[in-house]
Amino acid sequence: MPGDDGYQHDLLVIGGGGAGLRAAIAAAEESNRLSIAVLSKVYPMRSHTVSAEGGTAAVMRENDSLDTHAKDTIFGSDFLADQDVVEVFVKEAPGEVIRLEHWGCPWSRDPDGRVSVRPFGGMTVNRTLYAADKTGFHMLHALFQTSLKYERITRYDEWFATSLLLEDGKVCGVTALNLHDGQMRPIVAKAVIMCTGGAGRIFPFTTNAAIKTGDGMALAYRAGVALKDMEFVQYHPTGLPGTGILITEAARGEGGHLKNKDGYRYLQDYGLGPPTDTPVHRKMELGPRDILSRCHIQEHQKGRTFDGPDGHYVHLDLRHLGEKLIDKNLPFVRELARNYVGIDPVHEPIPVRPVVHYMMGGISTDITGKTSLDGLYAAGEAACVSINGANRLGSNSLTELLVFGARAGRAAARHALERPTLRSNPLAQLASDERRRLDQRFLRADGREKIADIREEMQKAMESGCGIYRDRATMEGTCQTLRKLRERFAHISLADKDAIFNTELIAALELECTLDVAETVARSALAREESRGSHTRTDFPKRDDARFLKHSLAYRTPDGPRIEYLPATITRWPPEERKY
Amino acid sequence: MTEETMTLEVTRYRPGHDREPRTESFTVPYRKDWVVLDALNHIKDRIDGTLSYRWSCRMGVCGSCGMMVNGVPKLTCAAFLRDYRPGPIRVGPLANFPVIRDLVIALDDFMEKLRRVKPWIIRAVEKPVADGEYLQTPAQLDAYKQFSMCINCMLCYAACPVYGLEPAFVGPAAIALAYRYNLDSRDEGYRLREPVLSEAVGVWECTFVGECSVVCPKGVDPAAAIQRSKLAGATDWLLSMIMPWGGRR
Repeated sequence: MPGDDGYQHDLLVIGGGGAGLRAAIAAAEESNRLSIAVLSKVYPMRSHTVSAEGGTAAVMRENDSLDTHAKDTIFGSDFLADQDVVEVFVKEAPGEVIRLEHWGCPWSRDPDGRVSVRPFGGMTVNRTLYAADKTGFHMLHALFQTSLKYERITRYDEWFATSLLLEDGKVCGVTALNLHDGQMRPIVAKAVIMCTGGAGRIFPFTTNAAIKTGDGMALAYRAGVALKDMEFVQYHPTGLPGTGILITEAARGEGGHLKNKDGYRYLQDYGLGPPTDTPVHRKMELGPRDILSRCHIQEHQKGRTFDGPDGHYVHLDLRHLGEKLIDKNLPFVRELARNYVGIDPVHEPIPVRPVVHYMMGGISTDITGKTSLDGLYAAGEAACVSINGANRLGSNSLTELLVFGARAGRAAARHALERPTLRSNPLAQLASDERRRLDQRFLRADGREKIADIREEMQKAMESGCGIYRDRATMEGTCQTLRKLRERFAHISLADKDAIFNTELIAALELECTLDVAETVARSALAREESRGSHTRTDFPKRDDARFLKHSLAYRTPDGPRIEYLPATITRWPPEERKY
Repeated sequence: MTEETMTLEVTRYRPGHDREPRTESFTVPYRKDWVVLDALNHIKDRIDGTLSYRWSCRMGVCGSCGMMVNGVPKLTCAAFLRDYRPGPIRVGPLANFPVIRDLVIALDDFMEKLRRVKPWIIRAVEKPVADGEYLQTPAQLDAYKQFSMCINCMLCYAACPVYGLEPAFVGPAAIALAYRYNLDSRDEGYRLREPVLSEAVGVWECTFVGECSVVCPKGVDPAAAIQRSKLAGATDWLLSMIMPWGGRR
């Protein structure tokens, strides 16, 4: 952390997860003249990348091709991915995973010493590299530890960015709150990269960590940047009931079976069969996440799921894989099942149900990670560069944060090198204005509303209106509830008025971000009158390419999001029916 | 029927308000699937919004929520209320660290030590990415894998009697990480890490109490890393006596 006159950098990365660290390292390697900073509300190794389990996709073998990876991704996206971006993505993926190998990531290995690849949902061949079932953990720690090599990367650990600083329509830094002393400071930078992750916490039942509150999305949105394709929210088919803890898709990649309460592999009833003993790519349990999550709900409607205290569930059966394979390739699954549901998957099936997992949408960027706002970049789950379209394939997101984290880092570095030095004087005034805003809003206010109440009502509204199946009436109800919650948020009351490590103030700021993000999700979903990928409308059950082969763009207005559209880019794969 | 409850005795410390740490009792509902972290979240949301602590993934992998639970360092997301019935449960900040506020400790010392042990791959010549991966057999992976599982949760430092007495001690997690890279077949940085490990407050300080390995929630076994580093260091010293040009590597 710099001294009092510090806080001035060429490039500032917000978020210290996989995308943010990759961006910072890429920028450091782009030029040794740059001062780079990584600011995060948590220590980088706490970032949610740490929770990713199954693996990261890249074409590594002779039986695979870039075109196959591209086609699988585009097909999985229900043709809403931008195909030019996907082509760049699959091309740069192998180099990125090898670079991470060179940086020490402990990829699981074949007997000949090459990195291993496993099958994953919606992928035609084995192309998912993995580090047992803690891939995200190992990637994050490898990136973080590697970043320590670069003395020019300054870190602001446990700082919370509260707003983007703008001058003449250009981004020139952020205001940020240091949790340790409660001081608000301007951090000046010629380029800012948002790598703040997704916003699963707008829902009540999610695999996402507590920190996933869409802060960067909200900051960009408030500064006038569009949030793209926000209606597409991925449910992962296998979370633990109650906690929502993720049981990786790799459990199915290794050969796990999904069974209903009669012990029947029900996916064969939904066009994903025939069932086979060994996994077949893109069939049965290796179908894509959106389809498997819908199958679960339909199976529930047929009365063929289990009922438990935490809702309906099915069984993920790994017993036939045997203890040796489970311990080698799925040790974390065993640990989580034992600790959190008291089940040893070697001997018993694991109860699972669909759970909110990932936001396909995010801050709209171009292929380099650049946003519409001069000086602002974004990458990772916070961004929408449009490789995931309406449904992301498992193991593409870790690759995405490498490829587009690096791209955003390089592009922002070049931008910073070209831009003249900024003067920080007028910005100090902006920071004290921001401090005053927070004080008046949260610390001196004498409201009656509680953070937890508003948060719970928002989450409930999102689950009812923007879940796996959606329709106009419930979504309209959700939109109205969210508007009312905004008004109530203005009367929020905090018990904690301290400066030092005020986590209640942070929770209020996070809640404000989630309210912004939730509204873009609900309004974008309401406006999209078709079913595509993860977005399933009971009142519009068909995909409608004539009207909606387009990205939605949510812009902020005082009355809530204004939705515009942008055509999806099609290069070599014309839309066809998505059938597995 | 009245709802079953449990009492948490939580250490509070608010700089500017409290001259020294004090204990505050909270009564929370008892749920058999609740962990201590759930109880703390209940307190924060419903009883006292000023309680400060860290948490994030609530699945035992981000390393944020380490605290002393009944005097033992634990991840509170993996410590179930049911294992502490009938209570009360004492919850405090991790031992051996300066306290910032309530249950929040300062990590600055560890973060500085982490960088000092150079936890990254060091090579004389780096292979170009275009030439593909470094081959590493499953056996070579297994040699260091266990020591790569550290989540930096700091439980081992809270359990370490040596760190408690000698804060300059590099400590279990950082030594285990240094050892992890030393054992990695892709790495050639042993010589560069060795000075940090062999200084007075490096591995030699450890009296092999082994508490670090007992409390480690991820089975990293830092005590073994420290002992084996000592052995390697001793062998090195011996070899440097017999073969001054350097016998190892």
